[in-house]
Amino acid sequence: MKRELPLLMTAVIGLFMILSFFVPHQWVSVPADFLQATAIVVVAFGYVLGGANVLRINLDAISKRSPDWQYKILLVVSLLITVGVGALDGIAHDGGFLNQGTRSKWIYDTIYSPMSATLFSLLAFFIASAAFRAFRIRTVEAGLLAVAALIVMLGRVPVGDKFTGFLPDALHLSVMQDWIMNFPQNAAKRAILIGAALGVMATGLRVILGIERSYLSGED
Amino acid sequence: MAMMRRAPHCGTGLIALGLGVVSIVIALFANPALALAQAPADTAVVAAASLAPASGLLGTDVDNDAGRSLALTWKASPDDSVGKVVGYYVDRAEDPTGPWQRVDSLAAGVTAYTDQSVRRNTDYFYRISTYNLTQVVPAGSVTGPLRATSQWFNNGRYSVLVGTILFFGFVLYFMASAQSGKKPFVRRIPGIDAIEEAIGRATEMGRSVLYIPGILDIDEIQTVAGLVILENVAKLTAKYETPITVPVTYPIPFTIAEEMVKAGYLHAGKPDQYDPNSVRFITPEQFAYVAAVTGIMLRDKPAAHIFMGAFYAESLLLAETGFSTGAIQVAGTANVHQLPFFVVACDYTLIGEELFAASAYLSGDPKRVGSLKGADYMKILIILSVLVGCVLETMGIHGFTKWMETQ
Repeated sequence: MKRELPLLMTAVIGLFMILSFFVPHQWVSVPADFLQATAIVVVAFGYVLGGANVLRINLDAISKRSPDWQYKILLVVSLLITVGVGALDGIAHDGGFLNQGTRSKWIYDTIYSPMSATLFSLLAFFIASAAFRAFRIRTVEAGLLAVAALIVMLGRVPVGDKFTGFLPDALHLSVMQDWIMNFPQNAAKRAILIGAALGVMATGLRVILGIERSYLSGED
Repeated sequence: MAMMRRAPHCGTGLIALGLGVVSIVIALFANPALALAQAPADTAVVAAASLAPASGLLGTDVDNDAGRSLALTWKASPDDSVGKVVGYYVDRAEDPTGPWQRVDSLAAGVTAYTDQSVRRNTDYFYRISTYNLTQVVPAGSVTGPLRATSQWFNNGRYSVLVGTILFFGFVLYFMASAQSGKKPFVRRIPGIDAIEEAIGRATEMGRSVLYIPGILDIDEIQTVAGLVILENVAKLTAKYETPITVPVTYPIPFTIAEEMVKAGYLHAGKPDQYDPNSVRFITPEQFAYVAAVTGIMLRDKPAAHIFMGAFYAESLLLAETGFSTGAIQVAGTANVHQLPFFVVACDYTLIGEELFAASAYLSGDPKRVGSLKGADYMKILIILSVLVGCVLETMGIHGFTKWMETQ
């Protein structure tokens, strides 16, 4: 029963949600909306488990003086302060803890947001190093990739057409990069997307039918 | 069922208009700006040099919904084209005599609106008021009654229904066929084979394995696929007695990941070796998660990094950091725009559907493998549909393409 009931619920709710895609009537759409809203409530409870896990793992590491344990103190203190300040702001502003002028908003704007942007900006350097490796021409395929990339990159900036301005229109870099993006690139992308979409449906069907069931528990 | 009615109620409308004019003129004398801003919906403001009202208001029930919306269209005021109109108010009432409730205000030039705040099976009357900075001029007539009703089938999704039934039919047939002994051939997928190689290498080096099941919540099917593969990976790490670390972004995947890793150790016959600290909840915040995971990569130096699931901008940040540590890296995602990053930075990459095939490939379970065959047949059908569609469109026959369009 420990496995059969969850499997039955998964099958019934899964098929019902598929039905709701085709049937807009309120007898189907209202319960479907309710089920989706219920999922949000379940997720909210999940955060308690997640928070408990963060505290358990980091307090454990602090007590055992694991390597870099000092950083874990910083993490736990930051977590508690952010949650505490957010709760107090939420009480004071009727739930709007991120309203203008709240302490939570200040923490978000002056600490979290700049740190997040800093990390994101590192992507530019990672792209440069990855591109350096990708464009080393060691095989025919790598050579084709490098040529296509060169055409697309140059074709998207004004200087590209300056280089090829004297050639017929079809050989302008901007025209060639348009062709690469619209035909070979789009065809390959759509083929992958169609395959992935069928994979999504097959996985969903396996879960609904209880064939993929290992997420329930380790016990058979 | 769609309705398209226009029922004029000019007499009562004019009486209301007259009363409205008197009351609003008094209010305007008292405080013109305030009176305009706070004018109730069932009043009208008309000045001497009158603004031409909008006309031709038509309403219809929106098809293929749960009876919660009505679509309106009208002809713009003649003064709209010369810039005298600031916008239009959409007013609604359950009786043609009012009281009127202001539903929305729209910019000049707008001549269509869908009211999504109606109750189903209730009669409504509408009027459009034209306004500028000094006047609010309601249309001379109201339109209604309009009633929103719900439908039992979305007419724009017949093609999807047929496709879904065919696909499910193929999958179920090949599952049954595989179960009866006709196990289909599955080609080798080097990326999946490389997972065992990566875990073996981590074991030889005495280091851990880092598994990342994407950065999205459980409502993303790639996360489900990533978590299903996790069980097989955990089984291998248990077999080789190699530690595994699974940092997770959302709480529900976190609890499922814990179950998966436990299940892996249990099925490998080593439940006592399961480390409850191996699955860690980090944060749903994208770059905070990146900071935590790259920290794990640089401090703990796992020998194998496995990325399976949905990834966005963090894909290259994680994969390049992993590359710099010298770890063997296997990635899989159906997010097409992230695939080039993984292809460049990882040793093996599962592309698109290979991610969803991985659990069937790893388990060897006939039912799961059968579902792959069903998906292959559906792909053949899609290719045929594309070819037929191209031929028909070239011949000027558009029926098939129209039927394939969905809402």
